[in-house]
Amino acid sequence: MSVLELRDVVVDYERRGGLRVRAVAGASLSVESGQIAGLVGESGCGKSTLARAAVGLVKTVEGSVVFEGSDVTPLGRRGRSRELARLQLVFQNPYSSLNPRRKVGSQLADALTTLGLVPSSERAGRVRELCELVGLPPGAVDRFPHEFSGGQRQRIAIARTLAAEPSVIVLDEPLASLDASAQAQLANLLVSLSRDLGLGLLLISHDLAIVRHIADSVSVMYLGLMVETGATRPLWEHPLHPYSEALIKAIPRADGSGVLPEALPGEVPDPGHPPAGCRFHPRCPYAFDRCRSEDPPLLELADNRSVACWLQSETASGAPAERAQLVAGRDVY
Amino acid sequence: MSTIALRGRAAFGLRHRVNPGLRQPLAVIGAVIAVAWVLIAIFAPLIAPANPLAQTFTPSMAPSWQHLFGTDELGRDVLSRVIYGARVTLPIGILIVLFAAAIGGSVGAIAGYFRGPIDGAFMRSADLVFAFPPIILAMVVAAVLGRSLQNAAIAIVIVAWPSYARVMRGLVLTVGDSEYVQSARLLGASARRALLRDVLPNVAGPILVLMTLDLATAILLLSGLSFLGLGAQPPQPEWGSMVADGTQYFQWWWMGTFPGLAIFTVVLAFNFLGDSLRDVFDPRTGLRHNETA
Amino acid sequence: MSLLDVEGLRVRLQTADGLVTVVDGVDYRVGPGEVFGIAGESGSGKTMSMLALLGLLPDGAVVEGDIRFEDRDLLALSPTQLRDISGRDLAMVFQDPLTSLHPMLSVGLQLTEHVRRHLGLDKRAAEKRALELLEEVRIPDGEAALHAYPHQFSGGMRQRIAIAIAMACRPKLLIADEPTTALDVTVQAGILRLLDRLRRENGLAVVLVTHDLGVMSAIADRVSIFYAGRVVESGPAAAILQQPRHPYTRALLDALPHPEAARDQPLVAIPGAPPSPGRTPPGCAFNPRCSYARESCLVEVPPLLEVSGRQLACPVDPLAAR
Repeated sequence: MSVLELRDVVVDYERRGGLRVRAVAGASLSVESGQIAGLVGESGCGKSTLARAAVGLVKTVEGSVVFEGSDVTPLGRRGRSRELARLQLVFQNPYSSLNPRRKVGSQLADALTTLGLVPSSERAGRVRELCELVGLPPGAVDRFPHEFSGGQRQRIAIARTLAAEPSVIVLDEPLASLDASAQAQLANLLVSLSRDLGLGLLLISHDLAIVRHIADSVSVMYLGLMVETGATRPLWEHPLHPYSEALIKAIPRADGSGVLPEALPGEVPDPGHPPAGCRFHPRCPYAFDRCRSEDPPLLELADNRSVACWLQSETASGAPAERAQLVAGRDVY
Repeated sequence: MSTIALRGRAAFGLRHRVNPGLRQPLAVIGAVIAVAWVLIAIFAPLIAPANPLAQTFTPSMAPSWQHLFGTDELGRDVLSRVIYGARVTLPIGILIVLFAAAIGGSVGAIAGYFRGPIDGAFMRSADLVFAFPPIILAMVVAAVLGRSLQNAAIAIVIVAWPSYARVMRGLVLTVGDSEYVQSARLLGASARRALLRDVLPNVAGPILVLMTLDLATAILLLSGLSFLGLGAQPPQPEWGSMVADGTQYFQWWWMGTFPGLAIFTVVLAFNFLGDSLRDVFDPRTGLRHNETA
Repeated sequence: MSLLDVEGLRVRLQTADGLVTVVDGVDYRVGPGEVFGIAGESGSGKTMSMLALLGLLPDGAVVEGDIRFEDRDLLALSPTQLRDISGRDLAMVFQDPLTSLHPMLSVGLQLTEHVRRHLGLDKRAAEKRALELLEEVRIPDGEAALHAYPHQFSGGMRQRIAIAIAMACRPKLLIADEPTTALDVTVQAGILRLLDRLRRENGLAVVLVTHDLGVMSAIADRVSIFYAGRVVESGPAAAILQQPRHPYTRALLDALPHPEAARDQPLVAIPGAPPSPGRTPPGCAFNPRCSYARESCLVEVPPLLEVSGRQLACPVDPLAAR
C-alpha cells in the first residue's frame, strides 16, 4: 500500500479576468515508503500545483489525496495534526522558504514545539541531531538564514521538515537554484535520507539527469496530465510516450561529442485552452487521426508502467513494449 | 597594458550596492537632533531661563544676551517658551503616532488576514478618510470637537490611521502568502501562531519606518492646527501658535522665526531617521552579515 | 587573427568591504565564426568578465588589462564609442529576457529602434528588416509579433526575440550569458540549434557563458573553465570534456550523473563550495577542495601553461599520477 496516493486529482485556479484554468486535469501518482518517486515535466505542466495539492496547500476540485490511509484535508484555521504533519513539503527557493528574521535553531524547532513531539528539555539536543542528519555544522542554530549558501539553506529547510518525523516529503525543485557541487551533495543527501529513514520522497524536478539517477520511479507530466509513469531505468531506456522520448532526447550530454540535442517543435499550449483530443498531438511526430479527437486515458501496461497514448492501445498482437519500440522509441540511454 | 577606472552604468540584474556611508551622516544628524530635543523636553525646567508664562520682561525686545531669543509682545521670554514648547509638541506627537499605528495597524491586519467582506468594509472606510486633504479634515474635526490641544490630537489620529491600515494590510497579505509562513503552517502552526511568530516580526520594520516619518507629519499638522487656532490655546507655549503670533507682529521677527526653526529641525531630524531606518530594513541595502560561500 | 583578444583582464568591484577582485588575470582569444564557451559556477567571474567587455560593470568597478576587439582597445573607448560598437559589431544576450526586453514597448518598436539607430534605416526599411529578423529566429506570424509585447510571449520566444535584436545589425560576435538556463530543456534545445544555425549562416562568433557542461558540449568549439576568477583549463571542447586534466574540471564532470552509473552509486560531489570573491585562498584557489593538492599548491598560483594542445593551470597532472 502506497504511503501517499493521489488519484485523478483536478486543481483549478482563477486567472485575472475570471477565467478558470485547469492546472491539473486528472493526475494520479503514488509514493512508496523508502522510495524516491520522480515527477518531471516542463513549464505549464502543473507539477508544482500538484505538489501543493498533495500536501493540502491548495484545494482539489476533484479526485482524492490519501496519506497513510486518511484523506489529506486542505490547511484550515487550526494547526495541522501530528498525523498529517508527517507529510511535508520543501520549497524550491531556499531564499524565501526560511524566515529571514528568525534564527535557524528556532525555525528547526518549530515542529517540535507546535506538535509537542519532544519535551522542552530535550529540544536543543534534537535540533543538534537534525543538523547532523543533514550535514550542517552545530553552530548553525544560532545564525540567521542569510548567513548560509543556497545549498546549506536547502539543508536547513529539509532538517526543519525532518523535525516533524515525516514519512513522506514532497520536494518541489529542490536543486533548481543550486550550483553543480551543491546539487550533487544534496542529491546524495536525499538518497541517504530515503534509505536510512525509510522516507518516501516525491521529487519534482526539471533536471532529468538527476531524477534519472536517484529516483526509483518516474512520472512524466504534460499540460496537467500524466502521460507516462514507470520504473526509472526501463522508462529511460524505452520511453513509450512521444513526449517522454522528446524530453530525453533534448538533454544535452557533457561528453564532448558536439551533438546538438533534439528540439521539440512548437510551444506548450496555454493551460486555459488545451488542444482537443490528446493534449500533445499538435507537437507529436507520430500523431494520427484518433489523437486529434480523443484524449487517451492512462493505460496500465505490464511491469507497472502506464502510458496515455493511442499508439499503445491500438489493438494489435504483440506486447505493448515491443510495438512501441517499432513506432515510437529507439534506444535512448 | 592599459589601466583605467571604468565608470559603467549598473548592469542588468546586478544589485547596485547603495554606498552605506552616505546614509549614515544623515542618520547620525537626525538622531542627535531628535535626542537633543527629547532631552530638552525632559529637562525643560532646568534649562529654561525663565517661566514661559511669566509676562515680567520688557515686551518685544530683540534677541540679546539676557534673552537669546528675545521677548514676545506680552513680555515673555521666547527661549523659555520654545523650550517648554517641546514638552507640548513631542509627547503629543508621539502619542498621536502610537494611537494611529495601533488603530490603523489592527484594522489593516484584520482586513488582510480575514479578507472578504471585512476587508472591503475596513478598506473603504480608510479610503473615505484618504479622500480628504489631511489638513482640511483635521481642521473640520478639530473645529467640530472644540478648540483644544486634545481635540487637535484626536483629529490628527483620525487623519493618520488609514496609512497604517493600508501598509499593514499589504504586509499581512504578502507575508501571509510567503513560503516560510506556509512551511510553518505545514509544520503544525495554527494560523494565529503563524501570524504572531512569522508574520508580525517581518512586518514590524516597515511599520516602524512609517511611524518615524509620520511623527514628523503629525508635528507639522499639530503646529498647523495650533497656528489656525484650533489646537493649543493661549497662553500654552506651543510652537505652531507661537508662529501664528509671530506672523501678526512681523517686524519683531524673532517671535515667529525661532519656534518655526524648532518645528523645522524636529521634522527634519525625524525624516532623516525614518529614511535611514528604511534602508536598514530593506534587505537589499540593509545591514548585512558576512555571507559564507 | 582573432576577433576578440583578452589579456590579463582583472576586474575589481566596490563593496562595503573595499575593492574585491572578481576576475583575476584572465586570458583568452576568440576567432571569427567560432563558439567559445566559458564555464564556471557562481563566483567564478565568468559573467563579470563579459560585462567588462561591454562597459556594463557597476559604478566604482576597476578594470585592468587588455580587451581588443578587431584590434581596437575596448577599455580605451569612451562610452559613446563603446555604445556604437556594442549592438552593431558586438551584441549580448542575457539569461532572463523578461528583464532585458523593455516591458512597455512593443517587440516591433524594440527591433526597429535598434536597427534605425545603428544602421540609419527609415521606418519602412526598418520594419522590413524587423520581419526578416523574426523570421530568422523562427518566430511564427511575424506581423502579429511586431505589435505584441514581451510579456505575451513564452520564455523561449522572448529569448528568440532578444537574439533577433542582438542579430539586427549582423554583429560579428555575440555574447550569450546563460542564455538557456532559465528555459525548459526542450526549449533550450531549440535555442541551441538556433545559435548553431546563426553561426553557420552568418559566420557569427559566439562567446557562450554557462555553468551547464552539457550545453557546452553540444555547441562549443573551444572551452575555458573558470574558477574563482581565473582560467584553470582551456582548449578544444572535445578534448577538455573527454579528457579533463585539471582537477576542478574532472571534479565538475564527475559530479554529473552518468547515464551508465549504477543505481546506488552516490554522485561524486566536490566537497566544500567555491570561494566567494575576496575570500580566495592563497596559492591555487582550488586547493582546499582538491584531492591532488601538494604543498606547492598552497603557496603558488599555478600559471596557465600550454600542455599538449590545451592550456592548463595545474602542475599536478592527475593522468600521470595514476
